Amino acid sequence: MLSVDLPARRLGLRPGTPVAKAQALYPDLVFMDADPDGDRQGLEKLALWFQHRISPLVATDPPDGLILNTTGADHLHGGEHAMLINMIHRLSGAGFRAKAAIAETWGAAHALARYGQASLTVVPQGDVASALSDLPIEALRLPPTSVEGLMALGVSRIGPLAAMPRAPLTLRFGPDIARRLDQAFGRVNEAIIPIRPVDPVQVVRNFAEPIAAAETIARSIGKLVPPLCEKLDERGQGVRRLDLLLHRVDRRTEAVRVATATPVRDAKRLTRLLCEKIETIDPGFGIERMVLIASLAEPMDRRQTVSSLIEEEESDVSDLIDTLANRVGTHALYRFAAVESDLPERSFCRVSALAPAEAKDWPDHWPRPTRLLPRPEPVQAMAELPDQPPLFFIWRGIRRRVKCADGPERVFGEWWKNDTELTIARDYFRVEDTSGERFWLYRAGDGEHGETGSQAWFLHGIFG
Amino acid sequence: MSASPDMKPVLETLRAAISRLEGHTNRRRSVLPFGVREIDSRLPGGGLALGALHEVAGGGNDALHGAAAGQFVAGIAARTRGKVLWIVTRQDVFGPALKQAGLSGRRVIYVEAASEADVLACFEEGLRHGGLGAVVADVARLSMTASRRLQLAAETSGALGLAIRRWRRQTEAADFGQPTASATRWRVSVLPSVGLPVPGVDRPRWLLELIRARAGECADFEVEACDAKGRLAYSRGLASGLALPAALANRPDQEAAGARRARA
Repeated sequence: MLSVDLPARRLGLRPGTPVAKAQALYPDLVFMDADPDGDRQGLEKLALWFQHRISPLVATDPPDGLILNTTGADHLHGGEHAMLINMIHRLSGAGFRAKAAIAETWGAAHALARYGQASLTVVPQGDVASALSDLPIEALRLPPTSVEGLMALGVSRIGPLAAMPRAPLTLRFGPDIARRLDQAFGRVNEAIIPIRPVDPVQVVRNFAEPIAAAETIARSIGKLVPPLCEKLDERGQGVRRLDLLLHRVDRRTEAVRVATATPVRDAKRLTRLLCEKIETIDPGFGIERMVLIASLAEPMDRRQTVSSLIEEEESDVSDLIDTLANRVGTHALYRFAAVESDLPERSFCRVSALAPAEAKDWPDHWPRPTRLLPRPEPVQAMAELPDQPPLFFIWRGIRRRVKCADGPERVFGEWWKNDTELTIARDYFRVEDTSGERFWLYRAGDGEHGETGSQAWFLHGIFG
Repeated sequence: MSASPDMKPVLETLRAAISRLEGHTNRRRSVLPFGVREIDSRLPGGGLALGALHEVAGGGNDALHGAAAGQFVAGIAARTRGKVLWIVTRQDVFGPALKQAGLSGRRVIYVEAASEADVLACFEEGLRHGGLGAVVADVARLSMTASRRLQLAAETSGALGLAIRRWRRQTEAADFGQPTASATRWRVSVLPSVGLPVPGVDRPRWLLELIRARAGECADFEVEACDAKGRLAYSRGLASGLALPAALANRPDQEAAGARRARA
C-alpha cells in the first residue's frame, strides 16, 4: 500500500503494509490502483490554483507538496499567519488535509510542513536552525540509503547531524547530506522554477548586461507593457492580473504581481501599477531577463463612452482602486452597505469598493453617532427604572452628569436568526453631559424583566 | 496720465511671475462655500478652497474621538460631487451617521491602512487622482514635508483634501501646533445644546475655530451641526448671549422642527 486515508490510519494501517495482509485484517477495505501520473497532474492543477490566489512563484514539490515563494504577497492576505490559515481552510473545503509552514528556505519549509508538530508553522527570520534541530533526518530530502546509514550510526535528528564534521560524512555518503543541510539552513541557494499557466500572454526581454538601477527597471517595464497590450488587443482581452518575473544573475527569481478590479488594456495604467512596485524588487547582482505574463486575462470589449447630455458623468475611479488595492490589499478597500437590522453593529456590511450601488439605505428617523465603538464599553450608570435615561454615568474613570437625554429607543434581539436572542432587548439613549459632549448609551434589558438582559449599561457610540 | 497704461503690463507680468514662483497654475481657483455668510466672508475666495489640503481636529476629548470633527468633515464632503475616499487606520466610522450628514454610503470608499505611512501614501494617491469629490484621512502625525506633498498633489488635480487630525493620547494633541502646508486649519469643539422646552436633546452645536487660513485671518464661529444635506447653520447664540440680526435668529427651518417636536 502506498497511501492510506485517515479512517484506515485509525485502524492501524500504514503505508508499506502488504495488500494481502491488510485484506486479511479488514476484508471490506476499499482499494484503488495508484495513479502517479494523475497525482502529478492534480498537484499541478492545485499549484495553478495557488498561483491564481496567492503568489506568482509556485512550484510542485512531488509527490505531495507545493512550494510557494510568498515574499511580498503575505500582506495582501492579512499577514503570514492569516494567509496560512486561509490556505488550509480553502484546501480542507476542497477535501484536502494539509499542513503548512513558512520558513526562509525551501528545505526548512519542506521539513517543517511534513515533520513539524503543528499543522501551521511560521518560523521567524533567523530561527531556522533552532526550528529544525529536533526534526528527524528524513525531513532533509535525503536518499533512503543515506537515511538508513545515518540511523545505523545512531544519528536520527537534524541538530546532531548538522554539528558533525562534514568531511567524513561526505566521504561515506557522498555530497548529498552537506548540500541538503546547506539548502535547509540557507547557506546555498535553491531556485524555485515556477509553473506556467497554459498558453499565457507573455513578453520576454533579455538583457546583454544585467540591470539593477530602479530607473533602468522602470524603462524596461515601459518597453514590455505596450507589446503585451497589443497581444491582448488581438485577442480582445484585458488583463486582470499581471506577473512580472525578474530572473537574477544568481539564479533567483523575483516576482511582482499587480491585480486590477476590471479588465485593463491601457499600457500607461499598467506601467504605472508595475512601476509602483519597483521598490519591492531586490535586484541583487543584477537582472538578466524579465518576463511579463498576463496570468489572468478576461474578455474586454470596446465601449462607447456615455453621453453626457442628460447628466454629468461621474469620473471613473477604478484605476485609483487598483493602485490602492495593490498597496493595501483588496480586503482593506471597501464600502459600507445597509443591512436591514435594528442592532447597530449588524446594520452594515462591507462590500467591494466597486460594487454596484445597492437599493437599500439606512433609515434616518433616529440620530446615529459618528463613531461607533468596536465593541460596547461597560459604564457605571444610575437611572430610574423602568425607562428613564441615566442621571450620571462613569466612563473610562470620568464621571459625567447627564444634562438632557433622548430615548429610549428599544431594540429587540433578532429571534428569527438566533434562538438565544428571543427575549433580548436593548434601550438606547442619546445623552448630553454638562460639558456638551453627546454619547450613545444603552441598557442591556428593558428595565423590568430579568430575562431581557443583564440591565447593565454600555456606551456604544460618540456623537459629533 | 499717459504713464498708467504703460505701467499696467509691467504689473501684470510681475503678478504672473510671482504666481509662477509660488507654484500656482493658471487654473481658476474654485471654492466650496459653506452657505453661511458669516463663515464664507472670512475665508479667502468666499469658501473652502478646492485643490487644497485642510486640517480639522476635535477640541477637548474630541481630539481622541474625532466625532465632531468627523461629522463636520462628512458635511463638507457631502456637498461635493463624486465618490469620497475615506482613509482610516482603525475603522470606527458609523455609516448611518454619515448618511445623516448627507454623505450616502454609496459614495464613500473606505481604505483601512496598516500604518501612518500607508495612510499618507494612500492620501496622496487619492488626491493626485482628481476624480474624487473629496479625500478624507485620519492622520495623527503630519510633518511639514508630508503636508507639502499632499498640498502639491491636491493643487495639481484640484481635489479637496480633508485631514482629520486625531491622536491616541491627549498629550500628543500638542502636535496640532506644528506648522504645516495646509490651506486652512479648523478645530471643532462640542458646545452644550441650547435646550428645549421639553425633555430631549436639541440640534448639536459646535464651536468652530478657524485657527489658520492662508491669506486670511483667524476667526471663531458658533454653529449648529450639519443638517441632512451637510449644511451648517449659524447658531442662534442664545446661550452665549450674542446679539444677532433678526434674519438669522428667525430661521425658516425652525417651523418645521417645531412641528416635528410637537408631534413627538
